[in-house]
Formats: sequence, structure tokens, C-alpha cells
Amino acid sequence: MSDALPIEVTSPTPLLELRGISKEFPGVKALDDVSFAVYPSEVHMLLGENGAGKSSLMKVLCGAYRADAGEFYHKGEKVAISSTADAQKLGIAVIFQEFSLVPYLDIAQNIFLGREPKGRIPGTIDRRRILADARRVLDTIGFDIDPSTTVDKLGVAQQQMVEIAKAISQNARILVMDEPTAALSDRETELLFALIARLKADGVSIVYISHRMAEVFALGDRITVLRDGRRIDGVRPADVTPDQLVRMMVGRNVDMTYPRHFADKPGEVLLEVKGLSAPSGISDINIEVRRGEIVGLCGLVGSGRSEVARAIFGADPVTSGEIIFDGKSISGEPDLAARRGIALIPESRKSEGLALLRSVSDNLVVSALKKLFPSGLFDQRSAQRTADGLIRQLRIATPSARQTVGLLSGGNQQKVVIGKWLAAGSNLFIFDEPTRGIDIGAKSEIFALIDRLVAEGAAALMISSEQVEICHVCDRAYVMREGRIAGHLTRNELTEENIVRLGMHHA
Amino acid sequence: MTDITKGAIAPPRSFLSQDAVQLFYRLLAAFLICAVLAVLSDSFLSLGNILNVLRQASLTFFIASGLTLVVLTAGLDLSVGANVALSACLAGTVIHKTGSPALGILTGLACGGIVGLLNGVMVTALRIPSFIATYGMLWVLNGLTYWYMAGETLHGFPAGFRQIGSGYLFGLPIPIYLLLVFLGIGTFFAQRTVWGQEIYAIGANPVAARLSGIPVARRLLLVYAVSGTMAGLASIIFLSRLNSAEADIGESLTLPAIAAVLIGGTSLFGGVGTVFGTFIGALILTLVLNGMNLLAVSANWQPLVTGVIVILAVWLDMKTRRRAQ
Repeated sequence: MSDALPIEVTSPTPLLELRGISKEFPGVKALDDVSFAVYPSEVHMLLGENGAGKSSLMKVLCGAYRADAGEFYHKGEKVAISSTADAQKLGIAVIFQEFSLVPYLDIAQNIFLGREPKGRIPGTIDRRRILADARRVLDTIGFDIDPSTTVDKLGVAQQQMVEIAKAISQNARILVMDEPTAALSDRETELLFALIARLKADGVSIVYISHRMAEVFALGDRITVLRDGRRIDGVRPADVTPDQLVRMMVGRNVDMTYPRHFADKPGEVLLEVKGLSAPSGISDINIEVRRGEIVGLCGLVGSGRSEVARAIFGADPVTSGEIIFDGKSISGEPDLAARRGIALIPESRKSEGLALLRSVSDNLVVSALKKLFPSGLFDQRSAQRTADGLIRQLRIATPSARQTVGLLSGGNQQKVVIGKWLAAGSNLFIFDEPTRGIDIGAKSEIFALIDRLVAEGAAALMISSEQVEICHVCDRAYVMREGRIAGHLTRNELTEENIVRLGMHHA
Repeated sequence: MTDITKGAIAPPRSFLSQDAVQLFYRLLAAFLICAVLAVLSDSFLSLGNILNVLRQASLTFFIASGLTLVVLTAGLDLSVGANVALSACLAGTVIHKTGSPALGILTGLACGGIVGLLNGVMVTALRIPSFIATYGMLWVLNGLTYWYMAGETLHGFPAGFRQIGSGYLFGLPIPIYLLLVFLGIGTFFAQRTVWGQEIYAIGANPVAARLSGIPVARRLLLVYAVSGTMAGLASIIFLSRLNSAEADIGESLTLPAIAAVLIGGTSLFGGVGTVFGTFIGALILTLVLNGMNLLAVSANWQPLVTGVIVILAVWLDMKTRRRAQ
């Protein structure tokens, strides 16, 4: 790559070009005069905080949204994208974060859904051909699996491969991927990157939405940064530093090193887990968390981290072992754990953390109802006062406590989930991927909050796939592998290399 | 707060909550129906007719109020009608055998409550979807009632007992007083108690509710038990009003009760709705049927009209709710 040449010279005609795209929703301008070009055989990174317009741009691109204004050009010719069929004809395919596969059909049927080769008897499917065709498509992307496997037996990474195979089988030339590595382990991410390189070599262009700096620099040929619905800049990775990109995304300087005040001496033991095993696939877990500590729980996705969290909180049944909290052996359902002072901030805040249709206030007080209203009589005004206090304390960006929580941005929703446990007066906070899908500004705010909590005598157990975060924030960490604790790292030993080494499967 | 921050879409410019807006439209609809009927029919505005409408509405409301709580948790209780029938037949038998209305009332309420509790156990402990559990219960209860009654009809109850359904106090039918009492209790329970709030939270997202420390199973048991007990209460009022009990009296009760809940704005997906809305729903349903009677429209048209109103009400709710998002 020659950095001296302007980008346009390397490939004069873009495969697809969007000019002056605007899209407005009641109350928000999602896209404001955005121009965007995809050249053949490139990986184009799309960056921006939550709410910057990435998803809207993606939906305009695939025809799910109709732009209010703007023009589309395909290989220099003016075209219209007003439906998903239009986009498909132009070879645009999107791999959403939530897959659109049918779980009880097999891989082959999913790849050719709606386009099945017809059998001899009308209304039937030519089974032999669909399997052969599927195998050919899977071969082109280097995915070695039996196409007659039903999709519900596949892991996230494998389902993603099926989605990609489906797109390729439709002759997709532009593949839009929305945070494709969000749910992948490091190993799976490597495989995905290899596949992306392969597709690129075949002439496929990839529009790649990401929150992870490392990926942007590892993969990207060009970077487009969006902020508040506007295109801020288009750059090459070689010409920018991560700090500069962050500044473009947030429009201000953000400290990428998270603030943490490490205590000289940890407090008393708050949680002790002894030999815990559960049918969810964890065995012989031994963990200790002291007041004033943030203890990391790392390992690959699927190594049993969330299962440990759920078992401690009483959300999953346990077969053997002991959980000692604040000196007492505990067991039972989440309501008991919550009443004793344990808080779980679950991995999926939308499906497990919040009632999206209810108000910010309703969500903030839901875990503290017994504490706030010991008589059993509820008072909306007093609940709202509590909520207003938390909104100020956590700086939750919401027009009011009555706002529907589903309308807040990811970072603010996460603050609401944390806030409900502050209201409940919890003192052990179990965070499961607390920064997933949250923009950089909100991330450091959330870490500052966790730091403050433990400084005040609470304790935190933090699950994260972001090893950088674990290394910055945690006093020490346990690393899990295949349902067991593979090792323990003290503050001095806590490096990304050590986490990876302990967490890796030994083949 | 003045700063509308990015990412947060501006809320509908309204000082009223979603619930309040929906209730307002429902009251407006009820009022419009009244206005139209008052113009079209001379007898509509007579005191006798108005009291009759309210008394009719009260019977639907008793069943529908308990059902509202179930629907708020995203469940459904299809056994309420069959529960009324069994409870009424048992209560009637006890009154006949012992001569004590008090024991009979207790029997009816207890039968209703126990059936509800069993529904709750099936939904929570056995994890059977409420729709299926209570549908099965409907058949079981029908079977028990038909076997127990063996085609007999119970009738002729003490005059004091009959006052509950047919008596008057200060010129108003007694069921109307009961209606007001239970409307008050239901509204208070749903809006002003911690348990009520927890029920809304469970309906809005049961997984999040459990992980927020709400004892979901216990609250669901309560909700189904309340629904059953309200069916038991309705059975007493029916028994006293009809002065007779047969095995098939419950068959025409379940679907109108569900209609009242839906017309009243409670979402079958849970988490949205009010007991007061259900009262308006029962009222609208009764007003329309009453109007059709007054205007001498054939009773054969009534189911069709009910169906259209239910679909219309739910459709309008979904539209306004989608706009609010």
C-alpha cells in the first residue's frame, strides 16, 4: 500500500457509492448528508459510537430503510435501493448481529431457504442437489462441516459461517458485517479474519462495523467515522492513531486508560465459592472475592464464566459445592441472593437486564421495591424521587425518569441496570460483560463507577472478553477453561499473554 | 431536565402516561356510545336501564378483573368460566345441605381459589404454558361439574342469599356496590402495592424480573389464585342472581371476560394494562349489547359485533403504542 497516493487513485470507480444520504425519524436525524463509497476488494471499517448512525446507514445500504434524500451509484451508474430486493440484486448482503437462521432446519436448507432446488415430484426438494450445492458453497469459504447438521446444534461462530455461506451463495459482492466478532472467542475471531482475507482476494468488499480498535487496524483498508449521524472523516489506518480515531468518534479527548484506585490492602472476604459444580457445565469452582476488590473472571466465550455468575446468583441449579457470602452459606433462587446483597448485571441487558417497555424509573426501583416500601405499599412519586437521584448520581442521559428505557443508548441502559442494584444496596456486584456494545465514553464512566463502588467497601466480580479491560481494572483474575478454573493471576501477573495462555485449549 | 442527549429519542410530548392516554380514549369511546344510544333510543337513559347495564357489566367485570392480573403477567386463564360453574354448583349444594349461605359463599370462594392455585402450580412448578394449562383445566372442571351434577339443576335459595345478586341498597343493585369495591381493591392492588408493581415487571420481561430479584413463581401463584378466587366470587353472585345452578352456566362467561380485558387495553404480551381499563372494557361490551337490544337488532349479531370491537381496540392500542416508540 502506498500511503502517498490519495485513496481514489488506487481504484477509480467505487463498486457502490452513496451520496448525500439523509434519514430522519421523529425526533432524531439518524443520517445527515452522509456520503460513503465501497471499492472492490476492500475492507471498509465503519466506526462510531452507539447512536452515531452506523446501523441506520447499514439499513439504508441493504434496503431495509428508505433514505429521505441522497443518491446511490453502482459501478458509476445511478441506481435506486428502495427495497431489500434491490439491494440483493446489487449483490449487497448483511450479516446482522442477530442471525436470521431457522434453528430446526439444516445448514443446507438454511443456505438455500426460499431458493431450494426442486425435486422431481412437485413441491419437494431435491435433497441430493441441495446438499451438494451447500457443500460447494461451504468449501469456497473453507468451512468444513456436514451440511445436513441442523442449525440449532451450531455455536455462534458456526452460525455466522452459515450466514456468510448464505450470502456468498447469493453472489454477494458487498458483505456488510455488524460487529461480527462481538460473540466470538479469540480463536474463532482469527478464523473469521482469515475468511475475510480470502473473500477479499476473491473480489468481495466488506463493510465492517466494529467497536474494537485492534480489529480496525488489523483488518481495515479504509475507515469511515460517523458521529451524530454525520460523516466525520474517511481515513486510512496507516494515517491515524487509535487516539485520533477515538477523538473523531466522540468529538473530545477520552482517557483510554481506565481510572482505578487500587487499595493497599484488600478488605475482608465477602464471597467464597468452594468446589462449586453445576449441571450447566462448570465443575469444582473455587473463587474468593474480598471487599474493595475487582476480581476478573476471564476465559474464552463458552468456558463457563457466565454459568459461574448465574450459579452464585441462584439463577441456575447447583449440584455440589458451597457458596459462602458474608460468612454465611447460601443457596436458593435469585430473589434470596438479591435480598442478601448480591447483584447480577447480566450479559444481555436487553433480554435479561431490563423491561424495555417500562420507564427508567420503573426499572431503577424494581430490585429495591421491598427496601423502599417496607410496608408493601408502593408510591409512584417516591419511586420517581429515588430514580431521579440515581439518574443524577450515574449521569444517565434521559429526558426524564418517565422515559421508556428501551429508547436510551446502550451505555445509559447499562447504567440503569447497575443503578437498580445501587438502589437495592447490594454489596457484591457480578458484572457479566459490562461494556459489551457500549461506546468508549460510556465505558470509562462505567469503570469509574465500579471503581467508586469497591472503594466504598463493595466487591466486584467482573467477566469480560476484553482482556485489556481486565488488565487495566482488576486487582487479580481467575481464568476459566472448559468449565474449570484454569489458573489465577495476581495483579503483577495480569497480562493479556497470561490470560490467553491459561485460557487456551490445549489440543 | 432540559438536555435531550444523543441516543435518546425525544419522548411523546405528553404529561400523561401511556396508560392514562389509553384510559382517556376508552372513556371517550364509552361516552360516545352512550351519546349515540341516548339519541337513538328513548329508553336508554332511563334509570332502570342504566342500572341494568351496570349490573350486567359488574358480572363480567368480576371475572375479568382477576383475569386482568393474569394477562398482565403475559398469561391467560381460560378456565374461569368452568371455574364459575363448578364453584356455583358446589356452593349451591352446600347451601341446600346445610342451609347456611355463609358456608356456601365460603365454599364457592374456596373452590375458585383452589382451582386458581392449581393453575398456578401447573404454570410455575410444571412450567406448562398458561394457555395450555388452563385450557386443560377447563375440560377437567367441566368434566367434574357434569359428573357431579348429573344433569340436575339446583334451585331455590334462601331469600337473604338472593339479596346479593338481586337486592337493592339505597336504590342501587347490590352488585354495583360490589363492583365499586372490587374496582377499588383491584386498582389499588395493581397500582399502589409492591406486589402489583412486581406483577407488571414480570409481564414486561419475566427473565429480567427474576434476575432483578423478584420471586416470580410466588407472584404467579398469587395471580392465578386471585383469578380463581374472583371466579369463585362471580359464581356466588350468579348463583344468587339466577337462583339456580346448572353444569353449563360457565360456558358463555370466559370469552366475554377475555374480551373485556382486551377492550380495556391490557396487552396479551403482558406488562401493559389496568384494572380500571378492564372495567371500561366490560362497560363498553355491555353498552353495545344493551344498545343492540334496545334498537331491536337481532341477538345473532352480537358475537360478530363483539369480535369487531375486540380487534379494533387491540389494533388501535398497537398503533398508538408503536407511535410512542
